[in-house]
Amino acid sequence: MMTEQVQVSTSTAPLDEAVRRLEAHFGNAIRRDDREGYTGVVVEPSHLVEVAKFVRDSLGFTYLASATAVDYLGKSESDHLEMVYHVCDLRGGPPLTLKAQTPRDQATLPSLVSVWPGADFQEREAWDLMGIRFEGHPNLKRILMWEGFHGHPLRKDWKEAYYEQEHKPFDSRWPEGHVRRAEELNPFGKNVRYPAGFSLDGYEEQAERAIYEGAPLGVQVSDLATEQVVVSLGPQHPSTHGVFRMVVTLDGETIVRLEPVMGYLHRNHEKIGERNTFLHNMPFTDRLDYFCSMSNNLGYAVAVEKLLALGKRWDPPTYRAEAIRVLMVELTRILNHLVAIGFLLNDLGAYFTPLMYSIIERELILDFFEAVSGSRMMCNYMRFGGVAYDLPERLQSTAALINDRVRDFDTMHYLRALIHDRLPRAVEQTNDLLTTNEIITNRCIGVGVLTREDAIAYSAAGPVLRASGVPYDVRRAEPYSIYPDLEFDVAVRYHGDVYDRYLIRLDEMVQSLRILKQILPILEETKGQPFFSGKPGQYNPRVPAGEAYGRVENPKGELGFYLVSDGGQNPWRYHVRSPSFINLTALSQMCKGHKVADVVAILGSIDIVLGEVDR
Amino acid sequence: MYGSGILRGLGVTLKHFINTYLEDIRWGFRRHIPDEAFPLRQGLETRGIFTVEYPDEKLATPERFRFIPFLVVDNYDHPERPGHDWCTSCGICAKVCPPQCIWIVRGTNPETGRPVPEPAEFYIDIDICMNCGFCAEFCPFDAIKMDHDYELASYDRTTAHIFNKQRLSKEFRYWQSIAPTRAAEEAEARGGWEHKDVLKQREREARAKAPAGGSEN
Repeated sequence: MMTEQVQVSTSTAPLDEAVRRLEAHFGNAIRRDDREGYTGVVVEPSHLVEVAKFVRDSLGFTYLASATAVDYLGKSESDHLEMVYHVCDLRGGPPLTLKAQTPRDQATLPSLVSVWPGADFQEREAWDLMGIRFEGHPNLKRILMWEGFHGHPLRKDWKEAYYEQEHKPFDSRWPEGHVRRAEELNPFGKNVRYPAGFSLDGYEEQAERAIYEGAPLGVQVSDLATEQVVVSLGPQHPSTHGVFRMVVTLDGETIVRLEPVMGYLHRNHEKIGERNTFLHNMPFTDRLDYFCSMSNNLGYAVAVEKLLALGKRWDPPTYRAEAIRVLMVELTRILNHLVAIGFLLNDLGAYFTPLMYSIIERELILDFFEAVSGSRMMCNYMRFGGVAYDLPERLQSTAALINDRVRDFDTMHYLRALIHDRLPRAVEQTNDLLTTNEIITNRCIGVGVLTREDAIAYSAAGPVLRASGVPYDVRRAEPYSIYPDLEFDVAVRYHGDVYDRYLIRLDEMVQSLRILKQILPILEETKGQPFFSGKPGQYNPRVPAGEAYGRVENPKGELGFYLVSDGGQNPWRYHVRSPSFINLTALSQMCKGHKVADVVAILGSIDIVLGEVDR
Repeated sequence: MYGSGILRGLGVTLKHFINTYLEDIRWGFRRHIPDEAFPLRQGLETRGIFTVEYPDEKLATPERFRFIPFLVVDNYDHPERPGHDWCTSCGICAKVCPPQCIWIVRGTNPETGRPVPEPAEFYIDIDICMNCGFCAEFCPFDAIKMDHDYELASYDRTTAHIFNKQRLSKEFRYWQSIAPTRAAEEAEARGGWEHKDVLKQREREARAKAPAGGSEN
């Protein structure tokens, strides 16, 4: 197996150096962000593209991790929207934060798609939800909402149809709770507002035409005298892993253009997150990537803990808590990759056999999660400063319903057997079953190639990035939890095709097992030690004002939470950098020139979950 | 050799096929395997078939399992306070509830109009409840707990899915039966099997009695 160790660098010295060089080069066009609790530099919008190019080419920050907008309504003398870019050096280290401000009433910023194509979807999202117009964006239109949507929902002055109060907890719940169903107050069907001048008549036709006739991507297949047809794959199609739609322009069987259409599962997770208190958000993160709720929990906990660390009174999580977290997260990685491989094979036409074998192992891990956290998929297990409960002595069930079948295992014995015997066997079995299978090699090798340069430019993350020859893993690049103490390699493959994206998942499972084997003795040693560093029963931690970008290596890629706190009990801004969503930016690039049947395989190899794409 | 990969794959599936029949033979071709064999069938030892025939067989849920909260009340045969609410209507559960599905009407004394530590009404909209378990986790009186009964299908969502206090209340005995270890741990933390306030009251009475008894002697 090909693995490579990434240089570990956690000091902020390179960041200071980068800011100094920026200052020397651009002078007054940039200034340090001196608000309390903030970092990075604020760039004059007119110089944004130049600065981005300089940062990318001269400072080595080649990878745009996240781009998002914040509305500072009423927070400064001049109300403004702020675009925040987190740019990373692929050799490791914390991200450099670039910001650009624009007035709320005429929000316009230059687009960075020409510098980082990976900004494409993220800028469209910022336009859609925050209403910042990006000049020079090739295809600036709504991405999660539809055209008939009124307003930009993440702006602070936008109110949802069921709006009750700015922040939870709502006063109507206690002490005088007059119960009612939200639907009765605002009946379904009467809760829609349309933008001025919008008419539903003929809308559908118009919208479809806009999608079908969108900007051509410039591939000419002129020597084939076939007619081009447009095929809409999805949204209700089993191969799209949910309600995801791809509008494909075909020349014969060859793909000329592909446009992802998403947002069918959109619920504005981020707006909900801003109504919630910090703690309220924890169970909501479970619902992002519902296969990996444990790692979503960890990502959010890491981000809030970064914010909490800005304050004075803050105890970092205990060692046992971190060990339990890593245990959960690595088990999640294994179950996610097993299922991802299963679904990839499903997409290739193998029907359910490989998937069902994966699900058996996943079932065993979920049984463990259920006994520890109380839920199989919506775990809601991490807290700020540790975890919710310690591991139980026994994984024991009690009969409560008719026909209940009871099981009872010793926890540590169960884990040992799982990690040392069952899971390695499962990985081996998957390898035996699939890796050398001729159908798979024929369908996968050389299909959907994403070159190293493209992978970086399109902000691909996780297995997609690493299969293209970039050994970048947040666990090593900006270590969190107890990963620095653990021995593992960052898996990397170099071809960037579907087959390598399959192989890298096998590699990562092997590495995860390596980590888990090191975690078991730590769990035995720390038995009985505290699993939570905070005050028990505290549901409203005091979060100091400031910003934090917490990121973790999720099974699907870099999961980042960008939080802005104004010192209150609710986050002022809560943004999720979701790996599935951003990995899709590169989808059309990967599919161009391939046959229509390969699209399904390529999409399967990216491994998306629509709960996270649409948020 | 071309095709060897496919043969290897088929070998894997064949192994699973045979293992399934070996399991059947092992348990004597019974439709449902005996209870004592169940952990082998649904556990780390399983090599063959892995399915459970719901609803003829159900996987019992672990103690920490959480599904829709219920309110703990004293046992109905409790000598002093039968069916008395443990809830003091402090409202913490309503505050920590992420989807805000808990409505509480605080109890008041009809004569004085002052609040009393029990809820007059308590509603949970189970359509909105996301089973996160925060209410149970942060309740300082162990008065709200997560249930294990996940079979809640009903015919009408518009009327049947807001649970009132009566529908939510369950005996303390029930909590002991579904989560014996946790109930014991909590009782230990409280200092007895009764409600926190009752225990405090008793302690106060005992203390009031003790010096009085001392002065008599």
